[in-house]
Amino acid sequence: MRALIEELCSVFGPSGQEERIREVITGHLDGLVDEVRTDRLGNLIAVKRATVKSERGKRIMLAAHMDEIGVMVTHVDAQGFCRFTTIGGVLTNTLIGSRVHFANGVEGAFGMEGSPLARERPTPQKLFLDVGADSKEDARVQVGDTAVFRSSFGAVGDRLFAANLDDRIGCAVLIETLRELESSPHEILAVFTVQEEVGVRGATTAGYGLEPEIILAIDVTATGDFPQATPMEVGLGKGAAIKVMDRRMIAHPKVRSWLEETAQAYDIPYQLEVLEFGSTDAAAVQVSRAGVPAGTVSIPCRYVHSPSQVADYNDALGAVRLLVNALGSEYPS
Amino acid sequence: MNELLEKLSRARGVAGHEGEVRAILREELAPHVEDLTVDSIGNLIVRKGGSDSSVRHRVMLAAHMDEVGGMVIRVNGDGTVKFSSVGGLDPRILPGKRVTIGAQAVPGVIMRAPHAARTGKRVTPISDLMIDTGGAGGFEPGDMVTFESDYEEYGRLLKGKAFDDRVGCYVLAELMKGSYPCELVGAFTVQEEIGLRGAGVAAYAVEPDVAVALEGTVADDLPKEHDVSPTTELGRGPSISVMDRSAHADRRLVRILTETASAHDIPWQFKQPGVGGTDVGTIHLAREGVPAVAVAVPCRYIHTPAALMDPTDVGHTLELMSKALSGPLGRPLGGRVE
Repeated sequence: MRALIEELCSVFGPSGQEERIREVITGHLDGLVDEVRTDRLGNLIAVKRATVKSERGKRIMLAAHMDEIGVMVTHVDAQGFCRFTTIGGVLTNTLIGSRVHFANGVEGAFGMEGSPLARERPTPQKLFLDVGADSKEDARVQVGDTAVFRSSFGAVGDRLFAANLDDRIGCAVLIETLRELESSPHEILAVFTVQEEVGVRGATTAGYGLEPEIILAIDVTATGDFPQATPMEVGLGKGAAIKVMDRRMIAHPKVRSWLEETAQAYDIPYQLEVLEFGSTDAAAVQVSRAGVPAGTVSIPCRYVHSPSQVADYNDALGAVRLLVNALGSEYPS
Repeated sequence: MNELLEKLSRARGVAGHEGEVRAILREELAPHVEDLTVDSIGNLIVRKGGSDSSVRHRVMLAAHMDEVGGMVIRVNGDGTVKFSSVGGLDPRILPGKRVTIGAQAVPGVIMRAPHAARTGKRVTPISDLMIDTGGAGGFEPGDMVTFESDYEEYGRLLKGKAFDDRVGCYVLAELMKGSYPCELVGAFTVQEEIGLRGAGVAAYAVEPDVAVALEGTVADDLPKEHDVSPTTELGRGPSISVMDRSAHADRRLVRILTETASAHDIPWQFKQPGVGGTDVGTIHLAREGVPAVAVAVPCRYIHTPAALMDPTDVGHTLELMSKALSGPLGRPLGGRVE
């Protein structure tokens, strides 16, 4: 799965333009599922039918989002510098010094008006993108073009470094879960969603269309294990996190206990997650139609929404084990 | 310039009080459409079958009937009126503006409350503004407050209130009079300015294959200190949204519109991405999702009593939409989602 994570992290896919990452993921689903389709907003839906007949079998939707945060060009000035707006929750103070890539291969570096020695906090209005052009005509980008953050994929032992582990590591976990799940009493609706970073939009329409009985999102979560961090009982390398609550969702107690009991039964390390900001696709599906019991399996990740995100490979492996064992057994009555 | 546009601009209708606008559109369109209904939230939905029975494709066009304004929240003993905003009002432009209140259009003028006048603050928040009606009655808490403003010509431009989004209503009404290969549903929506509320309900009921929101949008094209983007510019044709705060446009629809414009020599511009929101925000999330895009007529001083727009932009917006509906927009959307 390590190679898969690295591969997925290399593919362009800002919110609203997920076609390339969707194509790559589709390739990896070959032979793993019974049906693959793309819905009207671009969500990639892979269906794996139940292999074991059971009255307690459920329709379980698993959601990992394909999209990543980025920037969009709003103006190209006479000298070829670009003004931009953000796509998703980009943190302005991470911009200076980071690099973006456009779909056509053009690189962008961030600059700020005024002296580089000034100790001014960057604001989006003062920042611009240098796309290697000398004039508007020379610039190989135009208004509406998008770019994603890129830093080289790195690893130190089991610690992985990339700009978009959020949520390509979750996509990899979902693919790997489909690969390792040999038998299940449940119909698995694996959805690689679009536009999560701009308001869980893909999950909103997929949840409506699929009418699942249970929703599990697979996404990264923040941690509290670095110097002076906001207190949070989640750290790297301590296992996948089972969500209790975030800003938009309280996990269904039965979904949560199903995951917890599975982890305990199979000796899978896990941690409980209470996230005081952010949310996941599960929040959108939870309130779809007449409501869907929801939970989330999270992969702890430091510096989420910065161009250098850090996660522990073992937590991703743990998430796969947890999901495979939970989905392979019956949902508690 | 135009009788229907003038009537629509003069009509009073903040969110939740769209009846007058709806009545104008009903009367205008009754002879031109096959079906005309008002739904439970107040959207006016008009339908017209396609001219080509082999085409199974339903296009929904949406334009919102409501305008920004206020609501009476208390009538004071001295005849002054406390009000709140309904939609995005800029408190900096309010003092001294003339308004009309309630069904009887009682005239009044916005003033700073005496205690606020003494604080010396440059900008008085809406909570410290009031309306002086000279003691007139004839309204009560809950009644709407609208800007009083004539529809008139300023040079080559048109001036009036509520071009956001009566110009969209006008374009949509004119489009409904035409004939296209696809089934066309016009949704004149309510409560856009307070959260895109009517459009989501309409899209759920209509179940369109694709949708286009027709809008009046911000033009800030006066000279700037730096070489930065205007949101849109007057006279440069309809603006097409790629992304705003409410939605990402379906890129196939963006391409259909830009290619149609180029093919027919119709000027067009991208709206500066990241700014504002339209009915597309709720339409594209209806049911299993609806590919959608917003097309707008640029207006200076939007959300004020005196918006200015260029009649050539209105004409070009109408022309672009009409050509697109007769062409690729009126046919099923091919290709994969981008």
